[in-house]
Amino acid sequence: MKSKKMPRIAIALVAAATAATALAACGNNNDDGTSGDTATLTWWHNMNTDPGLSYWQGVVADYEAAHDGVKIDMQVYQSEDLRNKLKTALQSADAPDLFQQWGGGELRDQVEAGFVKDITSDVAAELAVIGSGNAAGWQVDGKTYGLPFTLGIEGIYYNKDLFEQAGITAVPTTLPELDAAIAKLKEAGITPISLGGQDSWPAGHWYYNFALRECSTATMTETGGSLDFSDPCWEKAASDLKAFAETEPFNDGWITTSAQQGAGSSAGMLANTQVAMELTGIWESGVVGSLTPDQKVPEFLGWFPFPSISGGKGDPTAAMAGGDGFSCHTQAPPECVDFLKYILSDAVQEGYAATGSVPSNPNAYTGLTEPLLQDITDQAKSVKFTQLWMDVAFGNNVGTAINTSTVALLQGQLSAADFVKALQDAAATA
Amino acid sequence: MSHPSTGGSRVAAPPQREGHGPASGGDASALPAGSGRRGRTAWRQRFEITVLTGPALIVFLGFVIAPVIVAAYCGFFNWNGYGPLVKSVGFDNYIAVLKDKNFYEALGHNIFIVVMSLLCQGPLALLVALLLNKKMKGRSALRVLLFVPYVISEAIIGVGWRLILGTGQTGGALNALLDNIGLGWLQHYWLDNGSAIWVLLGICTWKYLGYAIILFLAGMQGIPEELSEAAAIDGASYWKTQWHITLPLLGPTLRIWAFLSIIGSLQLFDLVYVIWGKAAQFTGVSTMASYMVQSGRDMGRWGYGNAVAVVMFLISLVIALAYQRFVLRRDTEGSLTEGR
Repeated sequence: MKSKKMPRIAIALVAAATAATALAACGNNNDDGTSGDTATLTWWHNMNTDPGLSYWQGVVADYEAAHDGVKIDMQVYQSEDLRNKLKTALQSADAPDLFQQWGGGELRDQVEAGFVKDITSDVAAELAVIGSGNAAGWQVDGKTYGLPFTLGIEGIYYNKDLFEQAGITAVPTTLPELDAAIAKLKEAGITPISLGGQDSWPAGHWYYNFALRECSTATMTETGGSLDFSDPCWEKAASDLKAFAETEPFNDGWITTSAQQGAGSSAGMLANTQVAMELTGIWESGVVGSLTPDQKVPEFLGWFPFPSISGGKGDPTAAMAGGDGFSCHTQAPPECVDFLKYILSDAVQEGYAATGSVPSNPNAYTGLTEPLLQDITDQAKSVKFTQLWMDVAFGNNVGTAINTSTVALLQGQLSAADFVKALQDAAATA
Repeated sequence: MSHPSTGGSRVAAPPQREGHGPASGGDASALPAGSGRRGRTAWRQRFEITVLTGPALIVFLGFVIAPVIVAAYCGFFNWNGYGPLVKSVGFDNYIAVLKDKNFYEALGHNIFIVVMSLLCQGPLALLVALLLNKKMKGRSALRVLLFVPYVISEAIIGVGWRLILGTGQTGGALNALLDNIGLGWLQHYWLDNGSAIWVLLGICTWKYLGYAIILFLAGMQGIPEELSEAAAIDGASYWKTQWHITLPLLGPTLRIWAFLSIIGSLQLFDLVYVIWGKAAQFTGVSTMASYMVQSGRDMGRWGYGNAVAVVMFLISLVIALAYQRFVLRRDTEGSLTEGR
């Protein structure tokens, strides 16, 4: 290091490298792919396995055939990969035009950063069909920035055969009935409920549902905006759940159990008759189906809504719900919205329903061939209020805090009061 | 006594190629200093320095220093990952890191792994290296076998151990084996709270033992046989020879190995992430890096995550510099310290 030039070179290099990084971060320009009469739409989503994958490839081919000059470049990714990739891609020059949108707090962030097209005036008809309450997760300040293509309510999936074996004659409709059913299952030597604690969100979903029963619809909606958890119902829900967990309803080793990966996962245990119940979203029949030896949704699989809790302020028919949607990038060509409308049309949604998924367009329920899904969508008709998943609706930060704190609550590491404090702390940094 | 340092520098070479921070810069600048004495023009010397150190410097500055600076800068903002950095929060993120008990818990796990790795791997690797340093049948095969875990990617090892140890109720191969050989009472939820950190230590030891052994063996090759021959003629026992000759002359190798082990333990992430995933924080195996991912990326608090990264960098840097200053100084004198 005798030469005096070295430090100067070093400084120059640091400056250059820093500048390059900064420039990369600032490059928000998006090529809209329009040139003359042809337009190319890039479309990113997570339906990367069959039957979904081939179905959507067919949809793309149909649309291209009907629209001269429009080319759709469909790229599929695994769910978590897609979330991470989208985050950086949206700010880069090669952002997708149409992309998967989970809605809620993440959408709000994207909208505030100016990446998402306001499609309010274009999709009024589609919004009316889906129901504006159901699409609330894809709206920010009254404007629509995306629409769900699949949507469904949450409930408890159960094994009818194991219930019968344990002498349970009717599905539980109240919390004491659920407790009684758990006791009977244990007596019969059957693990009552599987829980994918390793992924933490499956634990969070138990809290969401207890909170949905304890908190009034108004509180629920207000908290989505204020992130204020001071209403006593939030702590009551936590203490209810803690008391429920103390009856040890979950499978041994739930904390290292994953939600959907393989036979040892919580869904896999339900698929392979090792547990009687699992609380989860509308995707369950597909996941369970893929984890059985014959790759079919087993006949023993049934569904009932989350039980009511006496004294709770929540609407007893209210349900947690969620779905996947799509948004258009602000720089996307106009064909993007048109293709989104096509995806939500009755015909395309009906075909999607036949692949074993629940469409967001209720007119397409006629396409459902899976009896279990027909049953769930029938029962969903009596649901007057749906709440989007809290880890989506309340934003990444508070949502993750709810999920991880619920694991700690179930483990007995947190009291109900500390649980609420953890949520308040997370909300303070949001 | 020139031999020990020969052994030392030979052993020190591989880590420098891996680009472990401070060592790589010094290594490159030491080269032309030795060859430039033959009266070449100043211009030529400068040219050589630029050409020889340039690529390494660019990579080092671009991929180590610049990201650290950018991370430190991002750490001053409350940033959700989208758009420009606008919500400046001063030192709030850094203060929050230093106030979070979960961070200290993670740091505690790192320190546990640092200390226990040294205590477990060191003696064990030394004994095996002594054994493998003897001429015997199948020596090469044994060396290769012991080195295999180190060669396999951490992700693959993680998945493998996860399957063996078992997750959830179904358990894994190990529990099934215990049951089948009549040791059912030993069955355990290995990855759960309580045993998790010991399982992690065990897997780390298993994986990195081979690396330590190879380093020690290389060090032992550098120790001249004459010394132990002389000791044998003087009537020293085998263990006495090892204790008084091999071990002291292996000093530089041991110190470099300990340095790499400490740094590796501080940065531990892959194994934890693959085996425990998000459950790491609930089962007592969170590390600083897993905490960073959980509290930064998973929660969408990118500014905070950057602050964690910087704190982690500083902790590692202080430990690395202190170690170099107080432990490695005598081994690296002349190669790292010249010109300062």
